[in-house]
Amino acid sequence: MKTITTVTVTPRGAVLDGKLITTADISGIYRELIGGYPKFFKMDMLCRLGFVAAELLLRDIPAEVREEMAVVLFNRSGSAHTDRNYQQTIMPDNYFPSPALFVYTLANIVTGEIAIRHKIYGETSMHILDREDEAEMESVAEGVWCTSNPPMLMWGWLEYDSPESYRACFKLGTK
Amino acid sequence: MGSVVIERLGDNIVSPIGLTSTENLESILSGRSELRLRPGEFNLPEDCCASLLDREAVEKLFKSEEGEKDYTFFEKLCILSARHAIAESSIDPSASDTLFVLSTTKGNVDELAVNLDSEKYYIGHSAGVIARHFGNRNTPVVASNACISGVCAQISAVRQLLSGRYRTAVVIGADVLSQFIISGFQSFKALSQQPCRPYDRDRVGLNLGEAVGTLVLQIGEKREEIGDGTWIYVASAIHNDANHISGPSRTGEGSYRVLRDILDEIDPSELAFVNTHGTATAYNDEMESIALHRAGLDTLPVNGLKGFYGHTLGAAGVIETVLSMHAIDRGLVLPTRGFATQGTTYAVNLSADTRSTDKKAFIKLLSGFGGSNAGIAWRKGGAR
Repeated sequence: MKTITTVTVTPRGAVLDGKLITTADISGIYRELIGGYPKFFKMDMLCRLGFVAAELLLRDIPAEVREEMAVVLFNRSGSAHTDRNYQQTIMPDNYFPSPALFVYTLANIVTGEIAIRHKIYGETSMHILDREDEAEMESVAEGVWCTSNPPMLMWGWLEYDSPESYRACFKLGTK
Repeated sequence: MGSVVIERLGDNIVSPIGLTSTENLESILSGRSELRLRPGEFNLPEDCCASLLDREAVEKLFKSEEGEKDYTFFEKLCILSARHAIAESSIDPSASDTLFVLSTTKGNVDELAVNLDSEKYYIGHSAGVIARHFGNRNTPVVASNACISGVCAQISAVRQLLSGRYRTAVVIGADVLSQFIISGFQSFKALSQQPCRPYDRDRVGLNLGEAVGTLVLQIGEKREEIGDGTWIYVASAIHNDANHISGPSRTGEGSYRVLRDILDEIDPSELAFVNTHGTATAYNDEMESIALHRAGLDTLPVNGLKGFYGHTLGAAGVIETVLSMHAIDRGLVLPTRGFATQGTTYAVNLSADTRSTDKKAFIKLLSGFGGSNAGIAWRKGGAR
């Protein structure tokens, strides 16, 4: 696989191909560099993190490439951050399950949010790995070319624990 | 795929209606289901109609086969099913060229009710426990793509085999129900209080169910002597609707693209049926009828198995693939339990009765939250 662009988003800011482009946090990146997508604030934090990382990578990619491209993401905790929030809404003494929260208790929703934003009709998939293992991720991600033929692939790691601890590292590659 | 083929070596299903694939098939043919109202189950304020495993019986069976282990119920279930499929396949699960692939949506999420910081909650941890139990040291691949995970896991396995990295893959699909999962579906108003009615005019929602399924796959040289009884991978596809995170596309876009890609690789005249997702929600079944119509498959037999098992989440793609293989082995198209009267914009060729077929291939189709859709085609016999 040939890597075209790499983006990393952490509490220290966003780095695009080795260059620090902002020191803002996730919502700060949205306000500073993106904007105009009110649905952003309905998303859980894992989706917001994936959304801004994808935005920084895909903004200059033509629509016809985005339509057919594949998105293959990995993390350790799935949707743990939202799972814990949802669990607290179904406690015996405080039982008010929220559909708006429950929908984000699936690890792959972030790939759906990215697909909706960029009109990606290609493959979207989410995998769980115990740690950010670059070689393992690359092997699974480039597997898309064994059974399909997307013009481009966005793949990488994203994990959201807290405002002080999150990381997305996405790459854009071609066969 | 050139000079290689991917073959199914063995399989298993453990569900409320059977402990082997054959037992499950027999139960279906006799019309059996364990879908019923479960008052008081999981401490839910609202009763739910579900198909549930007998946990005591599963624990007892596990102990008799594997001994006393400090595993979660979910892990024990996966191990039980994998053990049977591995034994049938005569493979070495500890071999360095064997890969474990797990499909699940929520794994051990019930651990959160006990401890919000539970380490056992992590699906990667569970996948490791399962692989290590069989002496396998490779990093397992875990597909977590909501309802389409069971087909995604098969596709992940196929890719790892085609890439030459592994020779054999053990694909396990499983989910167990909990207050967490059921309360969420109830909050969505997606559940039916009666056994579900896929594609029927009077369908009101889905049921949830518990099950585990395993498929053992292996890559081999394409050769003349591949028997007529061997199941061979044909094609697969995954597509997003790019439309909505919790509702299917009104045009069936993703599912249509999946069918279109697969039909590039196999002629519809070879297909016995499409085994669809068929959850019995108003939107899902309508969407699938549109996708089938757009793909030109209006007359092809279609069936859905949720009326027997409910929606088994991460298990669905695996168990429904296994059952489709076993049905064709007997020349059958399995019935769509709960269906009586057409209830979609485009008519779908469904039947509540078992039908016969002399065709040797099928497509397994799924769609789910996140706007995701996936399909895989399998064909029986012969190197083509």
